[in-house]
Amino acid sequence: METNFKSPTGKIAYSVFAWIVGLAIFFPILWMALTSFKSEIDAVNMPPLFFDFNWTLENYTGILEQSNYFKFAMNSIILSFGSTIIGLVFAVTCAWAMAFNPTKRTKDTLLWMLSTKMMPPVGVLVPIYLMFRDWGLLDSRFGLIMVLFLMNLPIMVWMLYTYFKEIPKDILEAARMDGATLPKEIFFVLLPMAVPGIASTMLLNIILAWNEAFWTLNLTTSDAAPLTAFIASYSSPEGLFWAKLSAASTLAVAPILVVGWFSQKQLVRGLTFGAVK
Amino acid sequence: MGAIRLENVRKTFGNIDVIPGVDLEINDGEFVVFVGPSGCGKSTLLRLIAGLEDVTSGKIMINDVDMADASPAKRGLSMVFQSYALYPHMTVYNNIAFGLKMAGESKAVIEEKVRNAAKILNLTDYLDRRPGALSGGQRQRVAIGRAIVRNPAAFLFDEPLSNLDAALRVNMRLEITGLHQELKTTMIYVTHDQVEAMTMADKIVVLQAGRVEQVGKPMELYTNPANKFVAGFIGSPKMNFIEGDYAKARDCHCVGIRPEHFAISQESGDIPATVKIAEHLGAETYLHVNADNIGPMTIRATGEVPLGEHDRIWLTPDAERIHRFDANDKALSR
Ligand SMILES: Nc1ncnc2c1ncn2[C@@H]1O[C@H](COP(=O)(O)OP(=O)(O)OP(=O)(O)O)[C@@H](O)[C@H]1O
Ligand SMILES: [Mg+2]
Repeated sequence: METNFKSPTGKIAYSVFAWIVGLAIFFPILWMALTSFKSEIDAVNMPPLFFDFNWTLENYTGILEQSNYFKFAMNSIILSFGSTIIGLVFAVTCAWAMAFNPTKRTKDTLLWMLSTKMMPPVGVLVPIYLMFRDWGLLDSRFGLIMVLFLMNLPIMVWMLYTYFKEIPKDILEAARMDGATLPKEIFFVLLPMAVPGIASTMLLNIILAWNEAFWTLNLTTSDAAPLTAFIASYSSPEGLFWAKLSAASTLAVAPILVVGWFSQKQLVRGLTFGAVK
Repeated sequence: MGAIRLENVRKTFGNIDVIPGVDLEINDGEFVVFVGPSGCGKSTLLRLIAGLEDVTSGKIMINDVDMADASPAKRGLSMVFQSYALYPHMTVYNNIAFGLKMAGESKAVIEEKVRNAAKILNLTDYLDRRPGALSGGQRQRVAIGRAIVRNPAAFLFDEPLSNLDAALRVNMRLEITGLHQELKTTMIYVTHDQVEAMTMADKIVVLQAGRVEQVGKPMELYTNPANKFVAGFIGSPKMNFIEGDYAKARDCHCVGIRPEHFAISQESGDIPATVKIAEHLGAETYLHVNADNIGPMTIRATGEVPLGEHDRIWLTPDAERIHRFDANDKALSR
């Protein structure tokens, strides 16, 4: 028997299922947030304490005194926005060429670009580390921006390509007939029409860059270290301070969570674009 | 000023010869229509002139300067697209003004030109709207407005009316003809509709498979088609072609007679035939008949004709207007 999506029971069943999945996904974040308000003793209590513990802010005050949260946060902002903006410049031009002047090999090129994302990054850690060392890029924001930008470029190109494909070529040709040079054609005609696509591409990439941990942890020590490094500094070496670690994590994800919350409509639209139309 | 001359213009896509070599002379102020069946290369030829497509070889002379390698903007031509291709994110005003802005005109000049164009095209009340909130005819007018404000050397139209319904199409046809009379600017107009070609053109260019079959005034093509293809393409309903003994008796491979060039009698005549279907349109009647020893033919009679299925009739072609073709489909002298 097929569950009818439109029947009341079907609707309820799907809703319940959706809630279960949603809660399962959300639970670790909730647990992290709860733990961040516990004392270290409550944090490791067995059985786990849900809401009936002594709520405290001592982890937060401790962390903010102990380390320079704002320096890490500033690095996160610079790295994620920097890599996204540079990426956008390259991705827009690249996607323009692929969407409006395709050749026989355009599809292959796209797939090849995307396939680089399937390689585990650790495979190129050593060469990149050595390059960074020789070029003096270790622990520099510039170096990290480059790595993050290159890492996310395939996704940006792919997303923008899908968007640009939906824009009739006629309109760009009309702009050309109207005397627009290529930069003007892209800036005044293509980009305004692709605003939703560009916005969601930017958002996704900011989030990806913000959360990126592998390269940020391996290529920075202090000067360029973003919030991922901030979290890591509260893990193992100083012993198991679960509550402190949770507070650090909460502080690290809070900004991006807020951004994501306010732009969720945009994001969902962007990610499902082309799939549902 | 907009005289355009094509010299041996060729275009290949990959290894397909879409335009094998076209020579064409378009005089300043002329209304030229490219007509031909779907896929014959009309749009490609127009896009080559526009500069949206690069020529494989040949020259595109615009006012005696070879523009084959110039960017579209430098050629000073305006184009109206079949899809209108309006900028969806701009108001009607900004759509029309875009070309002027790109040309670096001052705000005051832009304002004046846009308002002027809007007045000519009845768009004044819609200047603040987005294209999405306009009807098809209005969008078409915006596209034309965008083209005229730039004061181009020539207008290029690619099937501009094919997205409109029949009534609107007739209206816009008249509007474009009127615009041409008013502006006296060269216009190149692509269509596959031979009625549009006949009614609008000063000069028709009939294309087939990327080749120019014939160039001439509409009535020249109608009365003196150079070959069977042009004879069949111009005129509606289509010319009747008769091969076999009837043609041999007239010293040719094939005889062509237009449906309107028959005298119809119920008693006697050249060709006996039986009516299969009679289409009564009021002002005229189309008879689809089966002629003895010849086969199906179409006859056009003016006014109402009291004929129907199974009626026997005799047809006499107007001897002055019989077309003859040789085995290579070339027209023979009459
Ligand atoms: N970019 C292209 N790549 C390959 N072939 C093309 C390309 N553009 C057009 N063609 C081919 O060139 C031929 C002419 O196309 P064109 O669009 O000029 O025809 P058309 O006369 O305008 O037809 P229609 O009346 O259907 O618009 C067609 O056979 C088409 O398949
Ligand atoms: Mg076409």
